[in-house]
Amino acid sequence: MASVGIEVTETDLGERIRQLDDEDPSHVVVPAVHKLRTDVAEVFANTLGTDPNNSDVHYLAESQRGATRPLILEADAGMTGCNFAVAETGSVVVCTNEGNADLSANVPKLHIASIGIEKLIPRLEHLAVFVRLLSRSALGSPITQYTSHFRGPRQGGEMHFVLVDNGRSARLGMEEFWTSLKCIRCGACMNTCPVYRRSGGLSYGATYSGPIGIIIDPTFNAHKYSRLPFASTLNGSCTNVCPVKINIHEQIYAWRRELVKRHEVPFVKKAAMKAAAELLAHPTAYRAAVNVTNAALEHLPRFVIYNGLNAWGKHREVPHPPKETFYSWYQANRGGKP
Amino acid sequence: MSSREEILAAIRANRPKLERPLPAVPHFDAAAPSSLLAMFKESLTRMGGQFLDPPASGDPLAPVRERVAAARIVCSTVPELAGNRDIGAVRAPQDLADVDLAIVRASFGVAETGSVLLSDRDLKLNAVGYLAQHLIVLLDPAHLVFNLHQAYQRREFRERHYACFHTGPSATADIEGVLIHGAQGVRSLAVLPIAGKAAGGRPP
Repeated sequence: MASVGIEVTETDLGERIRQLDDEDPSHVVVPAVHKLRTDVAEVFANTLGTDPNNSDVHYLAESQRGATRPLILEADAGMTGCNFAVAETGSVVVCTNEGNADLSANVPKLHIASIGIEKLIPRLEHLAVFVRLLSRSALGSPITQYTSHFRGPRQGGEMHFVLVDNGRSARLGMEEFWTSLKCIRCGACMNTCPVYRRSGGLSYGATYSGPIGIIIDPTFNAHKYSRLPFASTLNGSCTNVCPVKINIHEQIYAWRRELVKRHEVPFVKKAAMKAAAELLAHPTAYRAAVNVTNAALEHLPRFVIYNGLNAWGKHREVPHPPKETFYSWYQANRGGKP
Repeated sequence: MSSREEILAAIRANRPKLERPLPAVPHFDAAAPSSLLAMFKESLTRMGGQFLDPPASGDPLAPVRERVAAARIVCSTVPELAGNRDIGAVRAPQDLADVDLAIVRASFGVAETGSVLLSDRDLKLNAVGYLAQHLIVLLDPAHLVFNLHQAYQRREFRERHYACFHTGPSATADIEGVLIHGAQGVRSLAVLPIAGKAAGGRPP
């Protein structure tokens, strides 16, 4: 919208921080979770003119409230998303904690709701199930502070619904992947994922990060996000916590197969995988390789280890090899004993 | 083909071939407590809302009158209390930006979550529930349901153009997880249990 001259202001605090700093969201529920209060103070000082030395969270939140409210009062249109759309009543349901959706929808004359087509559920009785699931899975609270139901425009106002496909109807036809459309964006899979918890959301380079991002980002662009399904240990924690029971880790595995089939996995990775498979299938060869590699890492000059061929040496130091492997220790100390 | 037809055609072509009849959803209300009001109070408090205990004797609206007296601009949509900003005369939502305190009556409440439902009929102008700095909600204790399954049986969701569950005040924890009330909407929400006047008594 910005490209056609429409000024867009995010009204959620976390989204606003992200927008002012021109970043991707790092979490589906708390988009600026990777930032410290001092980072936010810096962003706000540069953009909203706040005191750069004041990183009090209340001060920062209040400054954003003070800066955003006048923009809402002057806005020509308010846009919201949609958490659930109820077929029975034609209602759009929006869940927020800040009340920003209700301000945006109820102050400007025009309300536009952007609705992913998978948000549709049959009846109000089903809505009860989903509303109860969402916030307890996202934040551990029984419900969001605001759960708003829009069934028609207010007097003198206009309400428009935009149904967004963006690859969803195609995904519906993918036997192994269509159940990812059940996602209610609670973020539970991110909160439990050992990889996400170490790397953070920005490292995924996509709007949706974490386990759910890994299985839906390739449906938007299989080439651009071809590496994401490999950033997982397949431990299955995501699948265990998912309130709508998406088999996330199985889909991550299935995406690896799919991407190889579509030739989206580079030759070097495939060759390395082949070599690894060969090596791991032959214990004697594997142990010999480990010994040689450990000895080599100890003695090789830096330029051999830190170059373009070794991705593990980019941006970081390779860990020191252990003096002894567990296998050789076991052989020496417990070898031959039951 | 219009984009709408394209989407619908793609969905028809790609629908998973599953035989899954629509399940009937139970109300999950076997464990309803004896006092819905006590449960509501506990839930509301946990979500950052305030529960105004009516005085044991005398004027049941006393706790609200105290707050009205302390506020500069008060907008009321209930017959029990008068404000000094007549919502009937307000022409645009923007004219409510300076309201300190708004008083409204909820359609009903949900004990399980501590929520009150405010519809476009309750609010008169929807924006008053969000532009006011503080919100007081009158709630008829007879209009309490146990949980959300019961709540969604109510007619408001089929009849009103707009209806919103308020559960405590506007809140955010977007910076370092620090909980702050008054992120964008009201800074505080207080609920006073008080039976409605005859006109306010709405069947569920």
